[in-house]
Amino acid sequence: MSDTRTADPVQSTTASAAASPAWRRLVTLRNGLLLVALVLLLIAPLFVEEFWLRSGFAAMGAIIGAIGLNLLVGTTGQLSLAHAFFLAVGALTYVYVSGEPGGGVTAYGGLGLPPIIGMILGVLLAGVAGLLFSPVAARLRGIYLGVASLGLVFIGQHVLNTWTSVTGGFNGRGTPNFSLFGFEFSGENPDLYVLNVPFDAAERLWYLGLVLAVAAYVFAKNLLRSRPGRALQTLRDSEVAASVMGVDVQRYKARVFLVSSMYAGLAGVLYALSIGSVAPESFALDLSVLYLAMIVLGGLGSVGGAAVGAVFVTALPLAFQEYAGSLPLVSEPGQGGVSAGQAARMLFGLAIILIVMFEPAGLAGIAQRFRRRRGMPDEPSVPPEGSSPLTTPAQGSTT
Amino acid sequence: MNTFLTLLLNGISLGAIYALIALGFTVIFKASEVVSFMQGSLLLFGAYTIARLNASMGFLPALVIGVLATAAVGLLVERLLIDRLRGTAVITLAIMTIGVDIILLTELTRRIGSDILNVGHPWGGEFVQIGGVGITQNRLYAMLVAAVLVSAFFAAFKFSSWGVAMRASAEDGETAALMGIKRGRVSAVAWIIGAGLAAVAGLFLVGSPTPGVAPGVHAVALRAFPAAILGGLDSTGGAIVGGMIIGIAEAMAAGYQDQLLFLGRGFGDVVPYVVMILVLLVRPSGLFGTKELTRV
Repeated sequence: MSDTRTADPVQSTTASAAASPAWRRLVTLRNGLLLVALVLLLIAPLFVEEFWLRSGFAAMGAIIGAIGLNLLVGTTGQLSLAHAFFLAVGALTYVYVSGEPGGGVTAYGGLGLPPIIGMILGVLLAGVAGLLFSPVAARLRGIYLGVASLGLVFIGQHVLNTWTSVTGGFNGRGTPNFSLFGFEFSGENPDLYVLNVPFDAAERLWYLGLVLAVAAYVFAKNLLRSRPGRALQTLRDSEVAASVMGVDVQRYKARVFLVSSMYAGLAGVLYALSIGSVAPESFALDLSVLYLAMIVLGGLGSVGGAAVGAVFVTALPLAFQEYAGSLPLVSEPGQGGVSAGQAARMLFGLAIILIVMFEPAGLAGIAQRFRRRRGMPDEPSVPPEGSSPLTTPAQGSTT
Repeated sequence: MNTFLTLLLNGISLGAIYALIALGFTVIFKASEVVSFMQGSLLLFGAYTIARLNASMGFLPALVIGVLATAAVGLLVERLLIDRLRGTAVITLAIMTIGVDIILLTELTRRIGSDILNVGHPWGGEFVQIGGVGITQNRLYAMLVAAVLVSAFFAAFKFSSWGVAMRASAEDGETAALMGIKRGRVSAVAWIIGAGLAAVAGLFLVGSPTPGVAPGVHAVALRAFPAAILGGLDSTGGAIVGGMIIGIAEAMAAGYQDQLLFLGRGFGDVVPYVVMILVLLVRPSGLFGTKELTRV
């Protein structure tokens, strides 16, 4: 990744000659840090507790979803609150295709196909749902799209509650275990020991999540550097300019919706695996808002930012829960004070406001500022200052 | 036929409440180019304040203070947050109001807990019969009050100097500012009106046939969003029409639930969104919204 950057003649000429050795050293330092982080993530199951491994798996699902939403909102500038809906499509397809029929009060069906087929179909169907919505999306601009996508979440909730033969209705249904060619990821078959550490469901899911999240990250990075990626960024900055440059506005909007909802579909499958069951209330508007919080905190338009934001938003309530006793203002559940979940939500709200007011490029912007001070080149996917979606002047004004 | 008329009347009264909220959205959008995602929690805040104060000071003072307090919250948000970010992208400001909404809603949900507070309207939930058509007193008053407030608003919009200033700055902000119109003041007043209208709507929305002040009211208030979008976000008249369409459609779908059973129980709750998406497919900027023109 950074090899290509070093080889990029434009960027090496922009960095001043004097600073060049310094940032060269830092780039390798950065590479080293990334490598260390990856190795740490790879060996984490050997010494990290099961609880944090499971949380990590949830966070990796969130990373995939957040990267997808960021492609749509951050890179292309299309506000969408429908992410929860696309997650639901992915999750439900997976549980229906790979699950067995069952259910007590409300009977539901299932195809019982291998889980990998369920996962692939989940991703594809979420993409199809995105494509179906894109005629609406491509015609609407800015804020109209935001509200129309809000509608999808509520319609999705209704469908989830009504279509009981697939969804299990109000109480939902369990998630089938994931396995690949007889190797169970959320089970213990076959037995596996690595360095005397038993590799059970939590450890196996951790690796599944890690592989998928890294793949999603690399794909998005490459997409942003490619021709379509540049087209999407032009689309955000000015639709008129984009169409003058030969970008087919409608087609690209439809495509980014497709890609973003496929990401959401995969995130939905992982979400279902991590919470173990799928119920309508798991996919309410709250979830969309949380995803929006992730990408705003991480930095709109930045793939790495979305990942960091996703980890932060997923981990904060858990950390609050874990250390509720020692935090001021936060109390144990049932004592009348602010519960851990509520405290986390309030903090997200506050963080969104502060980020919008003071650092519109989010955590990625802070990191970029740090890099600039060290004379390092900019992250290619992070829009340069002044063209971030949060600082461009109003385009969708209808005056 | 009687069922139909009853549903129609109830739909209109529900629509009147939606119209009040939608008018708030529209006024705020016209004056400050902000799509306020926090109207739902403002409404809940208003209803909650009225319900809490009602116990200690009686209905009328509680009502006045509740509406004023909600308006004050609106003003505070405008002065502290919106005013500083004038000229930023619409989407940015919308995201920020979502942030405010999260905080307000979480705090109110925590305070309400699992209780259902009662506002203690002096009018009860009795049915009034008008020529064989029944409606609860609460909804009847809602209609009347909404009619009065909406006419007062339109009169002010047309004749008062604030109304002129607002129309001018919505038409062309820069020119209006050059002519000496204080856009900050216009926007502040708009937020006061928007928040106040939400509080009044909240007062009626939590009355019968709804059980009382519960966090779920927030989701009901969100259905005024389709109303505002449907009419065209920058059209005040459109907000009223949109509110009526949404209200009637919802009441009809709920009333004829048995005939619509193939769409599932509780379909009435999502009708507003279905109607909105259908209308937006045909008219992307709503029924009465200004069409977006792109000049190069």
